[in-house]
Amino acid sequence: MSKLKLSCQEANHVCDKNQYKEANFWEKVKLNIHLIYCKACRKYSANNGKLSKLFKVSKVEAMDHNSKEKLKSTFEKELAKHQ
Amino acid sequence: MPSHKINPNNWINLYSDYLFNYTISRVNDREMAQDLVSETFLAGLKSMANFKGEASERTWLISILKRKIIDYYRKINSNKGKAEVRMSYNSDSDAEGDWLEERVADPFDKTAEDTLENSELGDAIYDCLGKLPEKQAEVFKMKTILGYDTETICNELDITASNLWVIIHRARAALAGCMEKNWF
Repeated sequence: MSKLKLSCQEANHVCDKNQYKEANFWEKVKLNIHLIYCKACRKYSANNGKLSKLFKVSKVEAMDHNSKEKLKSTFEKELAKHQ
Repeated sequence: MPSHKINPNNWINLYSDYLFNYTISRVNDREMAQDLVSETFLAGLKSMANFKGEASERTWLISILKRKIIDYYRKINSNKGKAEVRMSYNSDSDAEGDWLEERVADPFDKTAEDTLENSELGDAIYDCLGKLPEKQAEVFKMKTILGYDTETICNELDITASNLWVIIHRARAALAGCMEKNWF
């Protein structure tokens, strides 16, 4: 693989990372070069960006990991009493 | 027609985030929302015998949660006089001299329709998340909604970074497809 070309798999990986602002400058450059000639990845990138945007505008919330675990343990204790 | 079955073993994994998201958009307080969700699950457990199977588990739990939220509002408004709406137009002194018009909500900023669409969008997202395998959904939620960094998730769930990105990739691909069908 030459320095400037990514495989589709690599390109998708960079694209995923980029959704979380974790791709570095060179990766982004290489991704964009790949997107010039790869239609499938262009489509994936577009959809991926749309998805990120949806999450941003919807402001969905989720429970953080620790409180979920806590909830789980309380609930399981109570569940044991019922069975 | 009792077509739906009740099985509390999976409740937390399947519905806790959905219920939490529902609550937080209504009470605006994380701690309180968590308490309400946990109360809902416990109440659901207690009245499991009343589940007739006419609605899905999730709908049934939401109906319990709705009562809990109403109760919560009753409680905070129960002190006499708190229920009445009080407006002070000039509470903070540094805003003194500002025009009243400036304090009115900007009609172009957020319309009722936007909010409605947002909550529907949230539902659609959770519907799609519910269709993912549990592990994918968990990792994806931690990464995207909670915004944890890669390292934290890897430690928490005991997976490698490349493992995480594969999971994220699958989840994103599936979600994009699902949202494409249900939302756009």
